Amino acid sequence: MHLTVKLSTTLRDHVPGYIPEKGLQVTIPEGCTVGGLARHLNLPQQDIKIVMVNGRQHKADDLLRDGDRIAFFPAVGGG
Amino acid sequence: MFRFLRVNMATKTCVLEEIPQEYAGLGGRALTSTIVAREVPPTCTPIGPHNKLVFAPGLLGATNSPNANRLSVGCKSPLTEGIKESNAGGQPGGHLARLGILAVIIENMAEEGQWWQLEVSKDHARLVPSDVAGLNNFDAVANLVEKYGKDCSYITIGRAGEFKLTAASIACTDRELRPMRHAGRGGVGAVMGSKGLKAIIVNPEGGKNQPLNDEKAFREASKRFAKALAEHPITSKGLADYGTAVLINILHEAGGLPTANFTVGQFDQHESVSGELLNQITKERGGTVAHGCMSGCMIRCSGILPDKKGKFQSKWPEYETLWAFGPHSGIGDLDAISQYDYLCDDIGVDTIDVGVAMGVAMAGGGIPYGDAKAVLDAMHGISEGTPLGRIIGCGTATTGRVFGVRRVPAVKGQSLPAYDPRAVKGQGVTYATSPMGADHTAGYAVTANILSSGGTVDPLKKEGQIELSRNLQVATASVDSVGLCLFTAFAILDVPDALPAVVDMLNAKFGWQLTGDDVVTLGQRILSTEIDFNRRAGITLAADVLPDFFTDEKLPPHNTTFDITHDELKTVFNWVEEKN
Repeated sequence: MHLTVKLSTTLRDHVPGYIPEKGLQVTIPEGCTVGGLARHLNLPQQDIKIVMVNGRQHKADDLLRDGDRIAFFPAVGGG
Repeated sequence: MFRFLRVNMATKTCVLEEIPQEYAGLGGRALTSTIVAREVPPTCTPIGPHNKLVFAPGLLGATNSPNANRLSVGCKSPLTEGIKESNAGGQPGGHLARLGILAVIIENMAEEGQWWQLEVSKDHARLVPSDVAGLNNFDAVANLVEKYGKDCSYITIGRAGEFKLTAASIACTDRELRPMRHAGRGGVGAVMGSKGLKAIIVNPEGGKNQPLNDEKAFREASKRFAKALAEHPITSKGLADYGTAVLINILHEAGGLPTANFTVGQFDQHESVSGELLNQITKERGGTVAHGCMSGCMIRCSGILPDKKGKFQSKWPEYETLWAFGPHSGIGDLDAISQYDYLCDDIGVDTIDVGVAMGVAMAGGGIPYGDAKAVLDAMHGISEGTPLGRIIGCGTATTGRVFGVRRVPAVKGQSLPAYDPRAVKGQGVTYATSPMGADHTAGYAVTANILSSGGTVDPLKKEGQIELSRNLQVATASVDSVGLCLFTAFAILDVPDALPAVVDMLNAKFGWQLTGDDVVTLGQRILSTEIDFNRRAGITLAADVLPDFFTDEKLPPHNTTFDITHDELKTVFNWVEEKN
């Protein structure tokens, strides 16, 4: 299945050549979870605080579907 | 010896008085709101002689507590017509506390056309004719520094305050003597202008840290609080590296980034106004990442962004500033927004109410949508006092009326900040119910709704939002009274020892025996005082609502509406007995 992945702040450092405007286009077998995708991308699990799939928060063991847009965030805050 | 400094602008008298018993143990917002509630007639004209302008450092000002030197400014607001507290970083809060002055109370008005400046030092306070009237903040401060020196701090208004525009702010100088930390909301600058007060010069020479009842206990508690701030990833590193602008991308992903005057929740140029880009170009241009705006700041969120040639351009624009002039107004140019930010600081206006007014003027055809040059011209118009400039400088609600816009994002006359209440519903509860008018800082539900800080509450559902907003509004009233930067709340929400450390610092300073529950009681008492003032001013429960387009129109991409009913909103302040 084909996914679009967006990374924020320090997580971008783990994917050389990451282009913010485009994000990543990832092709991965069906049945992949949020956590599996993070491992596939070599993102450090301990740095991931928030994952949004199509604008809703998800957990590591949630299954992904073809065409999903996934955004990974470390702890961020402001106001 | 702690004192109030009472300044009468009509008689030009400055009197130091002992703290009346009824104000003992109050600081920051608790003190400004209590003084305003007791001393200001609620139905008075905000820019008339009966209003008072109160400046108060927090309870932990001028101690070794981290991040505790903020300055609260209180009055009846010319924007909301209700009670107002707006607080700022920078140096004056800590300096006033070092002088033992717990509140400066400005009363009455100077004669029309006269401008005065107030000198405050260890041994005297006096009003002298101002020689910086007509200047905006940066030039005014540069002139004052030449006269009074680099060791003072400065509180000033720009031309917007002189014009008494209802979005006018009050500027405080940072550690480098730049007037960039503002009490922005509610038009407090117009009240200062109405009194004929152009500037306050605070000379901290001879002042000292405030005395502590138990020095050793204070030192230990302060270390624990510092440890909590140093442990938490947001207060230790995240805010320092990316500023509050880091929120642009996450609110875009969540579909809660209000775009094109609250018609959609995502902005296709979000990366071009993001915290990540701000960090990158600041480093490339030799600017400053991780800059603290006040002494004792550990969080350091206020970087400095140079222009393309490396020359000072502005501080890092806050997330709300980037959003208001950016996604909300259709402008995806970080440098242009940085220039507007500088102009807001210089002219002395709230970046939120004026930025949102720009987008509302665009919606009404007053300015072409997304036209960066037209926005720049309108900013200069505020300083020049042109008709369009005065309209925009009076903020969102006024601009919406003048341009015949139905979709005006404001509550009690104050514009909504950068979180759409249909996609961040807990924030919508705070906007609707805060006695301050729409204000994200009054109860920052984005924490649990979006950032998973202090728990998690689904931002798109109504369940749990009333309680979330209630608890945060109560806690925030206390934080604003202690003088702490609101960003310490991330550590207070997530690190179990952070709140006990703050309580222990208060106990060690004052010899109190407070518990965590007392902090809740204090917050409730402050809110009760503020709500009571508003009721006496004629602002009833009927005003605790969002504009109806939020309930009528679905917000893409989640296509949700704000479905928390007015009857449900009425339960937020469930300890307050309504008399009407």
